[in-house]
Amino acid sequence: MAAALAVRGLGKRYGRVEALRGVDLEVGEGELVGLLGPNGAGKSTLVKIACGLVRPTAGEATVCGAPAGSAAARAALGYLAELFRFPGWYTADEVLALHQRLGRSDRGAAERRELLDLVGLADAADRRVEAMSKGMSQRLGIAQALVGRPRLLLLDEPTSALDPVGRRTVRVLLEELKARGVAVLLNSHLLSEVELVCDRVAILLDGALVAGGVTEELARPRGVEVDVDGGMRRYEHAGRADVPGIVARLIRDGEQVYGVRVLRSTLEEVYLDAVGGATE
Amino acid sequence: MTAIVVYGLQEALRRRIFAVVVLLTAVFLFLFWLGTHYLFADLESLGPPPTNAIDTRTLAGATVLGLGMFATLFLGAVLAVFLTIGVVRGDAERGLLQPLVVRPVGRTTLLLSRFLGSVAVCVPYTVIVFFGAVLIVGGNGGYWPDRYALPAVELAAAVVVIAAIGILGSVFLSSTANGIAVFMFFGSGLVAGLLGQIGRGLNSERIERIAKVASWLAPFEALYQDALHAITQNTVGFTRIALELGPFGGAEQGGLQLRVWTAAYLGVVGAGALVAFVRRDL
Repeated sequence: MAAALAVRGLGKRYGRVEALRGVDLEVGEGELVGLLGPNGAGKSTLVKIACGLVRPTAGEATVCGAPAGSAAARAALGYLAELFRFPGWYTADEVLALHQRLGRSDRGAAERRELLDLVGLADAADRRVEAMSKGMSQRLGIAQALVGRPRLLLLDEPTSALDPVGRRTVRVLLEELKARGVAVLLNSHLLSEVELVCDRVAILLDGALVAGGVTEELARPRGVEVDVDGGMRRYEHAGRADVPGIVARLIRDGEQVYGVRVLRSTLEEVYLDAVGGATE
Repeated sequence: MTAIVVYGLQEALRRRIFAVVVLLTAVFLFLFWLGTHYLFADLESLGPPPTNAIDTRTLAGATVLGLGMFATLFLGAVLAVFLTIGVVRGDAERGLLQPLVVRPVGRTTLLLSRFLGSVAVCVPYTVIVFFGAVLIVGGNGGYWPDRYALPAVELAAAVVVIAAIGILGSVFLSSTANGIAVFMFFGSGLVAGLLGQIGRGLNSERIERIAKVASWLAPFEALYQDALHAITQNTVGFTRIALELGPFGGAEQGGLQLRVWTAAYLGVVGAGALVAFVRRDL
């Protein structure tokens, strides 16, 4: 089966600015991949090429085997732009109905109800967009992206306008989508969020892929901390495998052990290593 | 396609564009009725003309209907411009366009639908205002134009041309810049018409030729002139001469050539807009 999103040697040039330089990336069916990078790294450009909003100057991108931008590719994906707006004179239900017609979804009112319920807007179906908070609009945007049961979901900063409860709703939603086999490319600055939900991450810097892989594999061991009577003791070069030996030795030496913590580098540290503190 | 056409119509209705337009048009038609009423009342008080050479009723009626047609074209153009100025770049900058373009509709269908949506508003509007003006002039002064359908169709076509130019401009320019550009182009077309009239007054063939080329480059002006010509096409003699000396004497027959040219013009403008939109990064 073709990957939900396959990008090979992708390049994009805006005049003299090279936004993407030979990027290779694949998002498998049902996989949740986090796309990270500082502002201007090329994340949104990559997502827009996948959607067919921007034309690449080099390489190719396919969505479920169809060339990005083709009708077949667009039929297979759902997209939430970083900066988007719905007509203020539409109600939430009408926004979804419009996208059902455009996306040729024949699931009618049942789908609209289900999606609004999924993003916590079940009571706001008849509310006009202009009367919604930014967070509600954002959640409506996510519901819109899910119209027509897409196989690939491209989310560009989906939680940027959400409060902690809204972010949690989106996290739960992403896990639900993963369980349903929907592939997701999540472009986000919130590393903790990416770390919590993504299977893999890809880090872009200056238009090139500088790091990537399974989140846990990217993290490196940073030692072991043991809580004993005298406070915390840290074993810098130890790993998970060394824990039984360390604990046994401490008990043998007459120490009381209250807790053990295996330290690994966080995604934030991996990210900072990869981008070297770059921003903008 | 229907979904996008309906989307455009809903935009016009719910953004209260329609309500404002209907209200202002009602104000215009009332003022037009008032002016026409007093014009013909004064005409009656003057008594019969000293000679039978000039039909004053036709002269006054055609002139005031010409004024009504000018206002119809202007109001239709305003509506067309405001419905089309932000269709591509304006909507893209506001983030309204991207969620629609990503759907499997096709950019060509999307742009064509937005054009048809604005035409579906502008054409009936222009035709209704034109016939409103005809009824006001006829009701007040008993003057009825020589042709009805042709001037209505040509005024509507002129507004369609402006809508197409607005759509083309929206691919390249932001809403404000596009609005200014289209109105300036519209104004240039009208100036070309006046220039032609001055050329005829001065008997300058060169000025007339320049004006004709300019009004064909902005075919809404040539269509307006042809529509003006159609309302008095059977008027002859001194009344005809008097009409040509008046403010709406710029009327000039365009004929079949103009209609073919307008169709070709719309085709080129439309094709240009589609090609540019399909190639545009959003």
